[in-house]
Amino acid sequence: LEVALSKRRTERLLSIVVLLLSSRRYLTAEQIRAAVSGYPEEQEAFKRMFERDKEELRDLGIPLETGRASQFDDDLGYRISRQDYELPEIHLEPDEAAVLGIASRVWQSAELAGAAAGAALKLRAASREGDGDGTASPPPGIQPRLTTQEPAFGPLWEAVRDRRPVTFDYLASGRSEVTKRTLEPWGVVNRRGRWYVAGHDRTRNAPRVFRLSRITGPVKLAGPPGSVKVPEGADIRELVKGWDRPLARNHTATLRVRADAGFALHRWGRAAPDAANPGWDRIAIDYSDPEWYARYLASFGPDVIVLDPPELREAVIRQLKGALT
Amino acid sequence: VSAQQRMVTSAERLRRLLALVPYVATRRVVGLAETAATFGMTERELIDDLNLAWCVELRAPEPYCPIDLSYEDGQISISQAESIARPLRLAADEASALLVALRMLAEAASFGQHEDGDAVARLIAKIEGAAGAAGAASSQLTIQIDHPNARGMAATLSGALSAGKRVHLRHYGWRRDEATERDVDPMRLLVVEGRTYLEGWCRRAEGVRLFRLDRVLSVDVLDVPAAVPETAEPVDVDAGLFTASPSDLLAELELAPAARWVAEDYPCESVTELADGRLRIGLRTPDTTWVRRLALRLGEDARVVSPAALADEVREAAAAALAQYE
Repeated sequence: LEVALSKRRTERLLSIVVLLLSSRRYLTAEQIRAAVSGYPEEQEAFKRMFERDKEELRDLGIPLETGRASQFDDDLGYRISRQDYELPEIHLEPDEAAVLGIASRVWQSAELAGAAAGAALKLRAASREGDGDGTASPPPGIQPRLTTQEPAFGPLWEAVRDRRPVTFDYLASGRSEVTKRTLEPWGVVNRRGRWYVAGHDRTRNAPRVFRLSRITGPVKLAGPPGSVKVPEGADIRELVKGWDRPLARNHTATLRVRADAGFALHRWGRAAPDAANPGWDRIAIDYSDPEWYARYLASFGPDVIVLDPPELREAVIRQLKGALT
Repeated sequence: VSAQQRMVTSAERLRRLLALVPYVATRRVVGLAETAATFGMTERELIDDLNLAWCVELRAPEPYCPIDLSYEDGQISISQAESIARPLRLAADEASALLVALRMLAEAASFGQHEDGDAVARLIAKIEGAAGAAGAASSQLTIQIDHPNARGMAATLSGALSAGKRVHLRHYGWRRDEATERDVDPMRLLVVEGRTYLEGWCRRAEGVRLFRLDRVLSVDVLDVPAAVPETAEPVDVDAGLFTASPSDLLAELELAPAARWVAEDYPCESVTELADGRLRIGLRTPDTTWVRRLALRLGEDARVVSPAALADEVREAAAAALAQYE
């Protein structure tokens, strides 16, 4: 029964689309009811059903226009302008059709995977020549995949697309307390596999970048569509890059490293055998942040001894003592 | 209704029909099987959809059937599709999802110096033109895969892939902090979670392995044809890159708030919130060397809960290291 109902509804919606596309005039609800089968006799039930149908058509992106049905009365009518409805002429070459197939499979997230596949179908529907059969194996090349596991992605993308501010709770790196933020989002960025949102943080009154995985709880829309103005020249890629930028390596450490261990230190440092200690090398290596680097060096355990500078040596000793408890 | 028939909502079905009718109309005659494959449906479902379209009847002012089609001998033809012979315009989400994917593909293709690059650029221009304003929001969703050291590798490997040659890799294994040498028969190049990987049949491990290109130290293309066994299954990257085996060891760590990043950067089997922003994570791994290194790196911000032997190893390594400073 459910299947039959759903089928009748699809039939009705399809009929409305065909009817309104073929008509130059605005057709009233009554005229639509007369032409399309499946509406109930009872007036209130009809009105409710018609409202729902209109909503569903608009959700699908069908440009349903309203206007006065005739010069002589004020009844509202509906029509669909062909020009607004139809995908413009497009022709795909065979190699373009193959690329389209790969691109339509890039998204793995529920939010945009369906959208990409839907777009690809419309394009294939519009273009005849040069179209492969869609089952041909993709050409050798790189196959990218995009996943969005963060629940914040969907609502943030919607907010960015529709230019609406949002609020959310955020747990900044290294903090134990959540803060409530209100953001005018300018864009969503994936950098090296991590998702970020950049925009104007109303709470801090400055541009800020947030990592999606650190947003806790729901993202709520906090203003009408179009109410976010992205400033001219705002470069969201650069904002995120700056937030994630590696620091300059302006310190140099001298280490004693077991010759058969610490592969990464040997490769990226300047190594020479340690004459006084057989089986050990002396390595000079550049680093940026002493705290961070001390942690990294501690991970080598007894395979690495820091000789210089003293601050780094002390930091590694502190780090190792921390691991003792 | 067959048991396998998936439930689609009336909206989804309408969306499909509004692409299906133009798909057939553009081609005039098209194979039933081919069309079903393109739309990801069974032939039975396709015939149901065709029947539905054919049954559409407008009763007023004059009764008529706007869509006339037929299917026989595995072929579909549409003689009349009226006003829905062209597909609907792209919606904002559709245009953006596709354009973002294509721009990512363009960036990835530039790594491999692949001839796809040109087709990608042409397709982007065509879609931008066809989408119009609907594509505008796509510029607010950007993807960066920037691994300068991966670029040269990708070019070499994509050459080996097209030529069907075996490669010799020197690869840095971060888990054990060591370099390994292996012969690999390339299967494909992938970009997953922003990183570029070579998937191939590793002759040393006798299995399918993924090699992250920024950890490949050197690559030589051998003058030997690649021989990927018939049984080699590509990694299901959509299920996650690191699929642990149940026989692996489970290591549990308790993390202070300062070490919460570990739960984001490492594939955890379980993550439990504790009081005061602390976390307990479970890591499943065949080799605990890297977990010991991680624990040493985290120092007082982490504690190995289990196994007890691993906790001992961490303490012993720290004590041995400290002894060298005395």
